[in-house]
Amino acid sequence: MAELSDKAREEFFSEAQEIIETLSRNLLSLDASIKSGASDPSLINEAFRAVHTLKGLSGLFGAVRLGALSHRLEDVLDDLRLGRIEFGQDVLDVLFAAVEAYTRILQAEKANSDDELDVEGLFTELERIGAGAAEHQSPVAEYELDPGLLAVLTEYEEHRLRANIDLQMQLYRLRVQFDLSTIDKALEEIKERAKRHGEIITYLPTGEATSADTIELDLLMASRDDLATLVGSLGADNVVIEEIPRRARRSVGAGTMPPRHQTSIGRADSVALQRELDKGGLETTSSLRSLTQTVRVDIRKLDHLMNIVGELAIVRSAFGRMAEKLRGEGQRKLAAELLRMHRNFDRRLGEMQDGILEVRMVPLGQVFDRLARVVRQISREVGKEIRLVITGAETEIDKLIVEELSDPLMHMIRNAIDHGIELGQRRVEVGKPLAGTIALNAFQKGNHVMIEVEDDGRGIDLAGLTEKAISLGKLTRNEASELSRDEVLALIFLPGLSTRELVDDVSGRGVGMDVVKTNIGKLGGVIDVHSETGIGTKMTITLPITLAIVSALMIQAGKHTLAIPLSSVSEAIAFDEAAVRMVDGREVITLRGQTLPLCRLDRLLNLEAAPDSMSRRRFVVVAALGQRRLGLVVDFLYGQEDIVIKPLGKSLADVRGFAGATELGDQRVGLVLDAASLIEEVLAGVEAPRTLERRHG
Amino acid sequence: MPRILIVEDSVSMRTFVRSALESDPRSATGIDVVEASSGFEALRLLPRGPYDLVITDINMPDINGLELISFIRKSELHRETPVLIISTQSSERDRARGLLLGANGYLTKPFSPEALQSEAWRFLSGTRAEAKPHG
Repeated sequence: MAELSDKAREEFFSEAQEIIETLSRNLLSLDASIKSGASDPSLINEAFRAVHTLKGLSGLFGAVRLGALSHRLEDVLDDLRLGRIEFGQDVLDVLFAAVEAYTRILQAEKANSDDELDVEGLFTELERIGAGAAEHQSPVAEYELDPGLLAVLTEYEEHRLRANIDLQMQLYRLRVQFDLSTIDKALEEIKERAKRHGEIITYLPTGEATSADTIELDLLMASRDDLATLVGSLGADNVVIEEIPRRARRSVGAGTMPPRHQTSIGRADSVALQRELDKGGLETTSSLRSLTQTVRVDIRKLDHLMNIVGELAIVRSAFGRMAEKLRGEGQRKLAAELLRMHRNFDRRLGEMQDGILEVRMVPLGQVFDRLARVVRQISREVGKEIRLVITGAETEIDKLIVEELSDPLMHMIRNAIDHGIELGQRRVEVGKPLAGTIALNAFQKGNHVMIEVEDDGRGIDLAGLTEKAISLGKLTRNEASELSRDEVLALIFLPGLSTRELVDDVSGRGVGMDVVKTNIGKLGGVIDVHSETGIGTKMTITLPITLAIVSALMIQAGKHTLAIPLSSVSEAIAFDEAAVRMVDGREVITLRGQTLPLCRLDRLLNLEAAPDSMSRRRFVVVAALGQRRLGLVVDFLYGQEDIVIKPLGKSLADVRGFAGATELGDQRVGLVLDAASLIEEVLAGVEAPRTLERRHG
Repeated sequence: MPRILIVEDSVSMRTFVRSALESDPRSATGIDVVEASSGFEALRLLPRGPYDLVITDINMPDINGLELISFIRKSELHRETPVLIISTQSSERDRARGLLLGANGYLTKPFSPEALQSEAWRFLSGTRAEAKPHG
């Protein structure tokens, strides 16, 4: 095979990922539809098409393992969609296992790793299912169908035609004139309306056009309704509906030609499905086609654009200063003109920034879908019935954040199922519903996105947690006795506290809540925990909406200009030295009745004091993250600016307390404080000496 | 300059076919590759022909490849246009139907760029419309 560019490979991986996600969504819908007693045959066909496409692509890009799995899976899905094998929960389990395997294989392929991936068991399962396939009857052509139309039916369409005839549906031909420019939309509308009456099996262009801009299609439709009803509902100037008569010599019905293999997506369920359709109950699922209407963009390209916006923002600030300078020099007219340009530039730049940010935003539903799969799998593994309730899946957040969220969330959910939700019998004993509930709620709150993972299990065992912390030497019995309830709960985030001694299949993979917390922290987020014994546990993650650009409060500490992300600033007040009290050896002030711990930034960071710092008025910037607050004493407030945060180089990577660096308007580099880690360290009393006074910029 | 229409709903596959065609030394004098991501789009693009070759997938939602081939053979403009099917081994029956409907050849996915190049140029360089199924 010829050399393939990295770009082509990346495009392939990205498409493969989308296809696998589509497959997963289809399986989840199928799962839901089976549980509600109806199954939608088009979902199986879509799953088949997804795998079929993936198989072709895998071969093309030399992804042998993806190809091998797709090949086996395709066979099974083909048998399923053509009604050769029975569809049920056990089959669905294997299909879900295949999605998991896909995800693992894809990761290995991306990483160019040749690690052995254990898929033999899955292959055996797929073969076992496939072995149950029964050969089906040959095609039916018992209606007076146009041979031209029969000739263009794919195997699947032929199967649908057969299934509909078995159900004693009447066949109709809809001859429709479409405007070429609007055919997609017009056809979608007809499909939508036709759903109420039956199923459109195929679309054939007749090749007879009245003009160059129109096209004529023959739609083959199966319905239980009579011609008059269809004409009433679907008829229009451009639509002619005809009934397709049955051939006299053949009577079609259950008695004369029973399907050889009664499947669960056969008669009974199709009737149920028909009822659902009549009620307008089933939703259409998105087709693969819609995916092709989007443009895939490497997020690094957006980062690059965002960096340019950042540089433009610096130019903009320079404009502003220039205007001020001109005004100071008495050039009023010129200054006013420049200011007008500045404002205009400012507005457009803002729009551009918003536009780029919008492109980066993806709905959280992407990661929630994956989690739904995990819940399903774990609940079957551990034998606990779990109801997953998702709200706010449409909440949007930065693509990069979504990517990093799935592991922590998955872990939290594993914890909730494993340690939170009680066994069914126990639940019934304490008067709870048999099925445990896990709620996954997302919503936007100001500049933040909140994600809650809530369970109705037994709650966190506070005494047990304290004991464990003492036995691990994390705190003394004396210290433990003085902890507040929230402080005890926070122990769960200490290393070693949430890791079970017993390594099990589900949560015991050596990853504790401390890792979850660290990972969330890296995204600029915090995690809080609430728990009520016997009632349940709620973990709340607070995240910034985007990582790309940050509104920051520019401050001065010592001689340095620093930025504090505005997302973690709740307010700024004047500092009154006289109001400072000492509590537990720590400086605090009282703000609206609440005690606020203080941190003098210049001292903490070992900064050289500003020459006039004693005489000048100072300020307290109140940093808040989740429930925790910290007052940062600073020398001056410059005001708010939008900054692009750039990572510190490798040599500074281990210096905590900073999120990165940013360019200041005057070509200098300023450091950006990481409020989360500052609060963390200061409130924990670990004020390790650090050196800011090294060369930077 | 040869003009080719690719009808295929997978973007990776379209890109692959396009780059295989464009990297062929015989394309050095210029080649115009037009992409359709669905049967609909193909229906829209076909009247803007003529094309020297149509390369189409079979398994696509709504308007499938077979319907497209049947349409192409019925149309005044494209009655003679060579059609090359690209499909997987498992669509053997559908592929056979495509050839019956008047497609001129097929390639089984996955295929190498070289295989595609030699198959495509069979139609682009030689006499047109030898409606002989190849394979």
